[in-house]
Amino acid sequence: MKSSSAVSKMHEVNSHIPKNFMVVLVIGFVLLGLSVFLSLSLGSRMVGLQEVLDGLFRQDIDSYEANVVRKRISRTVFSLFCGAALGVSGALMQAVTRNPIADPSILGVNTGASLFVVFGIAFLNISSAHQYIWLALAGAAITSVFVFGIGSLGRSGATPIKLVLAGAATTAALSSLVVAIMIPRSHVMDQFRFWQVGSVGSATWDGIATFIPFLLIGILIAILSAPALNALALGDAIATGLGVRIGILRLVAALGAVLLCGAATALAGPIGFVGLLSTHVMRLVLGPDLRFVIPMSAISGAVILTISDVSGRVIGSPGELEVGVVTAFIGAPLLIILAMRSKVSSL
Amino acid sequence: MKNESIAFIMAGRRQRHRRWILVTSFLVVLACILCGAMLLLGNTIHPVKDVIRALLGEQIQGVSFAVNTIRLPRMLAGVFAGFAFGVAGDIFQTMLRNPLANPNVIGITTGSSAAAVFCIVILHASGAVVSIASVIAGLATVTFIYILSRGRSFSIGRLILIGIGVQAMLNALISYLLLVGAEQDIPAALRWLSGSLNGSQMHELPPLILSVFIFAPIVIMLAKQLSILELGEQSATSLGINTDRTRMLLILSSVCMISLATSTTGPIAFVSFLSGPIAKRLVGVGFSNVIPAGLVGINLVLAADLIGQFAFVVRYPVGIITGIIGAPYLIYLLIRMNRKGEL
Repeated sequence: MKSSSAVSKMHEVNSHIPKNFMVVLVIGFVLLGLSVFLSLSLGSRMVGLQEVLDGLFRQDIDSYEANVVRKRISRTVFSLFCGAALGVSGALMQAVTRNPIADPSILGVNTGASLFVVFGIAFLNISSAHQYIWLALAGAAITSVFVFGIGSLGRSGATPIKLVLAGAATTAALSSLVVAIMIPRSHVMDQFRFWQVGSVGSATWDGIATFIPFLLIGILIAILSAPALNALALGDAIATGLGVRIGILRLVAALGAVLLCGAATALAGPIGFVGLLSTHVMRLVLGPDLRFVIPMSAISGAVILTISDVSGRVIGSPGELEVGVVTAFIGAPLLIILAMRSKVSSL
Repeated sequence: MKNESIAFIMAGRRQRHRRWILVTSFLVVLACILCGAMLLLGNTIHPVKDVIRALLGEQIQGVSFAVNTIRLPRMLAGVFAGFAFGVAGDIFQTMLRNPLANPNVIGITTGSSAAAVFCIVILHASGAVVSIASVIAGLATVTFIYILSRGRSFSIGRLILIGIGVQAMLNALISYLLLVGAEQDIPAALRWLSGSLNGSQMHELPPLILSVFIFAPIVIMLAKQLSILELGEQSATSLGINTDRTRMLLILSSVCMISLATSTTGPIAFVSFLSGPIAKRLVGVGFSNVIPAGLVGINLVLAADLIGQFAFVVRYPVGIITGIIGAPYLIYLLIRMNRKGEL
């Protein structure tokens, strides 16, 4: 009885495109365009629409404003990519752990990646974006295994509260170590804060070029595994019955999540809550089908991170508030709401 | 037979009492040694005789300033903040029957810290304003977390999750305030995010010291009832304890102490979380854990500060050291609780 209703649910999930998908898609792209424009025009120096267009398309114009806009292009592109990576990574982590309160930062994975990069900078003399990324991936992978290992001990398996606590404890431990490694070497506050609270301010074209392959592979993994992850959402037994090899699926999807958030952290530092926010917004409007939620989480993640970055620049003007601070401030209330709504038994 | 078993129980009780006294005196002695070390050690190590004379008020070139203006306030801040964190942490952990439910993990100290930063950095206030604001913020944070976590039925897991969320928000707020106040230098950030004794000054200490002298006796007196509360609501009521009033008083006193400690030293990471469990390990069950927990708190803060100051080439603030010690213990505790299925 239970399985037949699950199969019919499965069938329903697989056959329908959510009614409002096109609307959401259009709104998503409009917001994306808007956030790109805002990111190019706002900051400690405000620039109008005409100057933004000049800076983008008229290489012959050499006004101060046009140059400000050109300076902001790499930052904007990077924040879009980084947001997309974090959004999809969050969606994958939620699907793999079957836990609504999962996100690279809440599970401590970003801090793990950050610690490895800081360690590499301090003791192994690494300095290129390419090396950062490999170290960050190693850190993210090890931390994920560690946190999930702790969180799933005991009879009841990996419940949300156990995972979140394991993540919070790991974050506390690792970020103390990050600070301890950084203090003797921190001549500048910016550099010091960067590995504690993420920021997209220091993006370079080189870094973005290194980042793109990881982003593409990660998103490809996410999109390809989405149908199987839909089955996994129905429970291990049913997923196995539907022909999903759950062990391999979990491994591959987790690998995708680690690739995405590790690479993002290598270049942006640990930015929190983007995955949590983007995935939940998308699930709210589109329903649970991951074939739609995952790609749209990329778009909503990009919008959220870019708008947060713009807000950080405007609020913090003439300096800037790191984007990681902004996303924590808007993302943490969602964590609270999710905790309030969850049933006691599932905690 | 009956007499024998009573004698057996009495003997056990006496033995536990002896252990309590032994552990407590050991902690006091250790704390005194650490206090001495705090006063003696520094950039230059002055002879013990000179340090004592300086403390007694004699003006000695070089020694008086180092001891009375730098080392003594630092030591006193460590002692009283450590005691406050230790006692308050133990009260919360015992009352909520979960070691994870302490002011540090659920964000109460972060609330006080945010209020202190706001007063100091934005309003440029000092003294009473900072103290009052941080106490109000601490109480508001507790109330807020409690109201949010009540829901349809109270669950400790939900309270902790909500506390983690509140803490993340408040930390973001602190970062923002430090940026706006143009105080975004490393010492200030570290003090208000993880706690530090650096730059403690004599004139900042009276509110903290006063609060410990007022509230610690209240808490210690109520601690007996607390061990009955630990038996559960119904048993406590049937043993004649007004549970609600006892709880309210304990929460109020604890929050006042830690809020004032936080407004002086910042939220020293994990001291309120570690002290209770360590004290319980040392003392065992059956006797009040509050005083030993406070003493463990003092020892932790002073020892961590000494390690931070002198064990490395660079000086680390105390909160970084307690963070590095405390977080692995938190992970260990989680592993143990998960295995036993307590979460």
